[in-house]
Amino acid sequence: MKKVWRNLPTLRLLIYAVALYILLMLLSSGGILNDYLMIIINICLIYVILATSLNLINGITGLFSVGHMGFAAVGAYVAGTFTTLVWKLPNDGSVSTTLLFIVALVLGGIGAAIVGALIGMPALRLKGDYLAIVTLGFGEIIRTIINNIDAVGGPRGLLGIPALSSFTIIFVATVVTVLILRYLVYSSHGRAMISVREDATAADLVGINTTKYKVWAFVIGAFFAGIGGGLLAHLIQLAHPTQYGFYASFLVLIVVYIGGVGSMTGSILAAFVLTILEKYLLPMLLQWAGLGVEWRMVIYSLLLIIVMIYRPEGLMPREAKFMIPEDH
Amino acid sequence: MPEEKKVVLKIDQMSHSFGGLKAVSNFNLDLPEGVIWGIIGPNGAGKTTVFNLVTGVYRPSQGHIHLLGEEITGKKPFTIVAKGAARTFQNIRLFGNIPVLDNVRIGMHKNYRPSMFDCVIRDGKFRRAEKKMREESMELLARFNLHGRADEIAKNLPYGEQRRLEIARALATNPKLLLLDEPAAGMNPNEVDKLMEMVYLIRDEFKLTILLIEHQMRFVMRICEWIKVMDFGETIAEGVASQIQNNPRVIEAYLGKGVN
Repeated sequence: MKKVWRNLPTLRLLIYAVALYILLMLLSSGGILNDYLMIIINICLIYVILATSLNLINGITGLFSVGHMGFAAVGAYVAGTFTTLVWKLPNDGSVSTTLLFIVALVLGGIGAAIVGALIGMPALRLKGDYLAIVTLGFGEIIRTIINNIDAVGGPRGLLGIPALSSFTIIFVATVVTVLILRYLVYSSHGRAMISVREDATAADLVGINTTKYKVWAFVIGAFFAGIGGGLLAHLIQLAHPTQYGFYASFLVLIVVYIGGVGSMTGSILAAFVLTILEKYLLPMLLQWAGLGVEWRMVIYSLLLIIVMIYRPEGLMPREAKFMIPEDH
Repeated sequence: MPEEKKVVLKIDQMSHSFGGLKAVSNFNLDLPEGVIWGIIGPNGAGKTTVFNLVTGVYRPSQGHIHLLGEEITGKKPFTIVAKGAARTFQNIRLFGNIPVLDNVRIGMHKNYRPSMFDCVIRDGKFRRAEKKMREESMELLARFNLHGRADEIAKNLPYGEQRRLEIARALATNPKLLLLDEPAAGMNPNEVDKLMEMVYLIRDEFKLTILLIEHQMRFVMRICEWIKVMDFGETIAEGVASQIQNNPRVIEAYLGKGVN
């Protein structure tokens, strides 16, 4: 029995996910988790999507992208614009709002993926630091463009986005994202991406089209970032250019590196740990200690430094067993 | 009438310069099927550059390269691999942080390619491809006496095994032509003997044509049926081992000119 359990990692992953979902639902309906805490949990889940998708680009394929929130912005604005427009139309209730929302999210993802391809293609000639600068620049370009499009609110942001991101939808989207990325990484395509990270020249010389895989990493990473952005916009009912600046991109990057670059398990764990720490534990602790909330980022940064000194490989550099599919 | 042997690799008048430096000039080669030929020459003679030109790492400034009758000049490395040329590297270039098995499976990727969609939904196409890839990789590893190491991280293998793994990974791409860049580097005489045996074996078993670069003369002189000698990018001599050993230009290139 124990052996069967160990040999079915995908089933285990799904059981863990369902158990976590039921637990959170119970805690929420029992009043133990208030609305504010549920929003934090939702943000944690969205960070899981953002971090695992960035991990595909940075950790698996070994490209150094630092503009991930730029893709999320595209997803947020495309999905947000779609739903706000659709919501103005008369609806007699015959069209399911959930279905419309899924369409909106996928459109946002596709929009982000197209931008990802556009950025990926010219950026491919660059490596390491140079690629980082280009992605940083592109992230800012996306933000600036949005800032100047009046139709989506410009610097005021896109307001009045319907509150469609329920806990259930976010949870399902997160699990689906993790499953897809996990199956992709543990396949011959995933190994091809890893070979680009390990030694791109050697990969080319064993028949891997490295250019193609670099673009694919960007496209797939951007797609899921777009989904994450769409979910975020419909959670806080707002999409604002300042949410998607490079500071926001760095927060996602930090999640990936603190979790352990290349490890999906690490990204998931760190998304929860860091978000809860930053948004809940630290403010509470500071209040208790009688310090102002402005100390939050100081302590947060200090903790990051400590982790990087004592555990430079990240919290969870190796994949948990249930994250490796049985048929790998 | 004796049958003319098929030419696997044909290089005509190939030249390449880095800036003002002529790394390879006017290089010609007609490599018949099934042979083991060698390129030797002092450091910086342009031997590895020839390999890099053939495999598409660099694009030659002049000349033409044909692989199995097909022009490959200026093609991308992965297309040249797909057409049947594989190589190893002077300084081993494995995918160091991943398991031995995955190194070989990556070499096999081009032969079996279920779509990304197949992989994500884990359908039959994906499962069949993965099964075949795993089986063939394990066979190949067993062939190189590495099957016990399949799950080990590649960079943790001892030097000799890393060299063997690199050859196994090259063979995973199912090549017709194998380019070995200093396969005997850093090996002791005993290991060199074993390597020699292995080169013969894989040539016959995988029906390969082999072109190699080597500094260990004992190895080259014994294994290569024909040897080309390069110096400063030029081909200064070619012939069978005994001709090369007594060629005054070769001796000069290696030992320098006499004083008087």
